[in-house]
Amino acid sequence: MRWAPALFGLLALALWEAAVRLLGVPVYVLPGPIAIVGAFAADPVGLLQSLASTLFVTFAALAVAAVLGGAMAVAMSASRLAQAAIQPWAVALQVTPLPAIAPLIIIWIGQPFLALVVCATIVAFFPLFASTASGLASAPPELNDLFHLYGARRWQTMRLLRLPAALPYFLTGLRISGGLALVGAVVAELVAGSGGFASGLAYRILEASFRLEIPRMFAALVLLALAGIVLNYGLGAIGQAILRRRGGV
Amino acid sequence: MLTVSNVGRVFPGGVEALRDTSLRLAESDFIALLGPSGCGKSTLLRLIAGLDQPTSGRMIWDGRPPAPGDIGFVFQDATLLPWSTAEDNVYLPLRLRGVSRGEAVPMVHAALHRVGLTGFETARPRALSGGMRMRVSIARALVTRPRLLLMDEPFAALDEFTRHKLQADLLDVWKEAGCTVVFVTHSIYEAAFLARRIVLMTPRPGKIAREMPSSLQAAAETRLDPAYATFVADISRAMQAALTS
Repeated sequence: MRWAPALFGLLALALWEAAVRLLGVPVYVLPGPIAIVGAFAADPVGLLQSLASTLFVTFAALAVAAVLGGAMAVAMSASRLAQAAIQPWAVALQVTPLPAIAPLIIIWIGQPFLALVVCATIVAFFPLFASTASGLASAPPELNDLFHLYGARRWQTMRLLRLPAALPYFLTGLRISGGLALVGAVVAELVAGSGGFASGLAYRILEASFRLEIPRMFAALVLLALAGIVLNYGLGAIGQAILRRRGGV
Repeated sequence: MLTVSNVGRVFPGGVEALRDTSLRLAESDFIALLGPSGCGKSTLLRLIAGLDQPTSGRMIWDGRPPAPGDIGFVFQDATLLPWSTAEDNVYLPLRLRGVSRGEAVPMVHAALHRVGLTGFETARPRALSGGMRMRVSIARALVTRPRLLLMDEPFAALDEFTRHKLQADLLDVWKEAGCTVVFVTHSIYEAAFLARRIVLMTPRPGKIAREMPSSLQAAAETRLDPAYATFVADISRAMQAALTS
């Protein structure tokens, strides 16, 4: 059971390779897995450096989204005025498609790295913000009553009840936003093109497609997919470890 | 201790939960608020706790009004902080009052000992049974040495054996702590066993139909006393009459 995903993946790769060879599909239309591995082997350092560049943007955006999303959710939970002020803008930010605003952000900010981080942050922000806000409101009403009965101050209720109650929600949001930050970073790199950081994996994908180096393009795509999987499982494992340390809740 | 004077509570939307309710609580009293669902028992308890405000009538405290910690509250669910140990859950009311951990530890351990949970200080709620979680909740309510202990159907979700044990233990705790207890229940057996005074309530709108004093001994053996069965029958008849009148 544990090896089922790996075995299924290997089987799919074998079928893919066989189909490409038997049907004589040209490499510029669809390269087989062996050609993709070959493209990676031809320039592993270049592709891995590009991956590191994209991940750098991803982690920076995730950190900013975590701080901003968490802080704004706390502000919203603490004040109705803040809730009224923040919520519509947060929703507006969520529904605005990144490719539509990324060119403007890149022009306005000017500095490529910062512009990419801002774009990726916009995509990663909402799940963190929304899940933390839900978590802060998730404490049972009886516990809120209990804190009120014992004369708890607002900051005590926040620190001892709402923030601990929100932790699992925040960690779930972090896991979702991790993947979205990667997507945001890639989309921003694609939109920025040569005007961007010019070193990320998305830029390599663009570059390879212009040169019709389709196996290299696929190698970059596979690296991105693998990075997304590792990011998702890694953030999930970190979340579980944190919750396990405080008793599994 | 407290006089509830002609108190009424109408919720937004027009639902009248409580009408013209008067009740007097004396020091070291043990009162059961008994009635079917929707008769305003929990509403009255929340009004006494100050968690809700009456729309009419007054709550008049003898002497000074209650300060934080003067009232202990036990809910139907144990409502513990799931990420905290039993000790930290019991420490919570003291922590909110600014009592340092070092100062609180003897009080916390004494409260846990009183409910029979010595040795479970570091256990988290998920590692405890339903009955033990409720004991932690009672210890938390007792740790501030409250003048008034309010309990909202605290044993309703427990099995019968655990319920009987906790009821007997509650009587011991009450006799030892000497606080006033107001206990909400819809079980005639539970009310008859525990309370010194049973307040019968009827629904739509919630109001007090009758008060019945108990002459039974506040002890575990009472359950085997024929007078207990007679008292249960008396309450049942009175409740039936109140509901049909």
